Amino acid sequence: MTAAGSMTGASGTDGGTVRLGAGAGFAGDRIDPAVELARHGELDYLVFECLGERTVAAAQVRRLADPSGGYDSLLAARMRAVLPVLAAGAVAGTRSRTGRHTRIVTNSGAANPLAAGRRTAAVARELGLSARVGVVTGDDVLDVVRRLDPVVWETGEPLSAAPEELVSANAYLGADGVRRALDEDADVVVTGRVADPALYLGPLLHEFGWAQDDWPTLAAGTVVGHLLECAGQLTGGYFADPGTKPVPGLARLGFPFADVGSDGGARLSKLAGSGGLLTTRTCTEQLLYEVDRPDAYLTPDVTADFTAVRLAADGTDAVRVTGGAGGPRPDDLKVTLGFRGGWQGEGQISYAGPRALARARLAGEIVRERLVNVHGLAADAIGVELIGAGAAFRGLAPETDPLEVRLRVSARASGAEQADAVGWEVESLYTNGPAGGGGARKSAQETVLVRSCLVPRDLVASSVTVLEA
Amino acid sequence: MGGLPMGERAMGQPPMGRLLVDDLADVRAGDKGDTLILAVLPREAAHYVVLERTLTAQAVARHFGRPDDVTRTVLPHLPALVFRLPAILGGGVTGYPGLDGHGKTLGYHLLMFPVES
Repeated sequence: MTAAGSMTGASGTDGGTVRLGAGAGFAGDRIDPAVELARHGELDYLVFECLGERTVAAAQVRRLADPSGGYDSLLAARMRAVLPVLAAGAVAGTRSRTGRHTRIVTNSGAANPLAAGRRTAAVARELGLSARVGVVTGDDVLDVVRRLDPVVWETGEPLSAAPEELVSANAYLGADGVRRALDEDADVVVTGRVADPALYLGPLLHEFGWAQDDWPTLAAGTVVGHLLECAGQLTGGYFADPGTKPVPGLARLGFPFADVGSDGGARLSKLAGSGGLLTTRTCTEQLLYEVDRPDAYLTPDVTADFTAVRLAADGTDAVRVTGGAGGPRPDDLKVTLGFRGGWQGEGQISYAGPRALARARLAGEIVRERLVNVHGLAADAIGVELIGAGAAFRGLAPETDPLEVRLRVSARASGAEQADAVGWEVESLYTNGPAGGGGARKSAQETVLVRSCLVPRDLVASSVTVLEA
Repeated sequence: MGGLPMGERAMGQPPMGRLLVDDLADVRAGDKGDTLILAVLPREAAHYVVLERTLTAQAVARHFGRPDDVTRTVLPHLPALVFRLPAILGGGVTGYPGLDGHGKTLGYHLLMFPVES
């Protein structure tokens, strides 16, 4: 986007590489690291990954309530933060490495990519900028799964057998829609459910023209996307441990970028002076993050073999990644199904000092008894956690008797009234429960349930709509 | 936990020769639906052998109170071990009523696994 007209310089590469920057690793991610990358990173592409399985289902519920909503609530804030910086860079001539301004790719469209695209265009107009916004749609496969009635992974039963109300079905699209939007000179590409690494692979397909059956190269590009997709998790976030893995400057953690070559090999780095660190250790952890089969990482674009990946230090806060290998893409696409999950209520209260654990346990028993006998909740719908005494380990480690324990009761409920009762019963422990209970808090909300299934890829088609601002 | 204060472990002072995975490796936890994925990363390449010998799929399954449904992938060149623990997260991020549906904290449970050295 530029202040006057669209700047579309020749698409070539500087030193044969394309620079991809990670602007966000989840829907609620920090914004300032992306601004720093936009300002100083000389990026070709800035990618915001803002969509999880739960996020897309929750967005679908918001869209049901408001047909013009259902996209990432931070979309406008992110765009307002980075668009002026990128436009100023384009006007001032501090262009990206490929000789044109930095372009944005994001899956912030969530359940409503077209509305998100319109909002992005509106933000650009408000800022006095012109921009081509490419919107990728086609991931919404609700009609397809209703017709196909596929087996749901988690239940092993046909979709139609699920008692909960189905509200959404989003197929994981590959990189092709992003590539086509960039081919159409989009300055900003907004998608819904696209596989996270494909947000990064799309620009590489656009720049390098990789064949859609060049499996080793597609796998190499997918490895780069996988390493970048969680942003700060590559530079010391979700890694840091003050005892074993100290990381400097986490409060100003720098997000990573990659200089990717035409063979898919890349050099990963971050801005000098930013917080965090980028080493073979941080990269190895991220390479294996959420990867249940390292020899066959399934994406819509390729089956990538991460066992062939090699990581080598290449200077301060820089790592070279090579050795992508892979095979044909799967014939089916994974689909995230969203169901109305009913209501959930929760309440918390603290106990400290002598017999803190015993008092918290007693308090939990009281609340459980009353939720069943007074409010009619099902006993197996109630969960009691003793936070501070090992609740996170779910009974796997022996409970300790710590200085303080926080009771948390949560329960699935039939409606708002029952859900409210959970926090109410915890709060009423103040005057009716064990001694010294303090700091009660409560909340209740409607929830979504997420499950998965497959659909044949030939039943799913992505399309690109370009909006002008 | 064996009654050992966590701070003591963090200082890397294994008392009485009893090592934990925490003394030799890092663990990163990730989730896919109801499946927990744990990557074990030795801090020194020399630790890989003892970790590979000790952290069998069966031993990790026992540590997490699971039947023998845990699978292990060995990646000696990284080096790393990857464990896949299916159906352990109680419904995962949208199904588990507790706080940590992702199971992100559970990597540190594996760090408390005693290593026979």
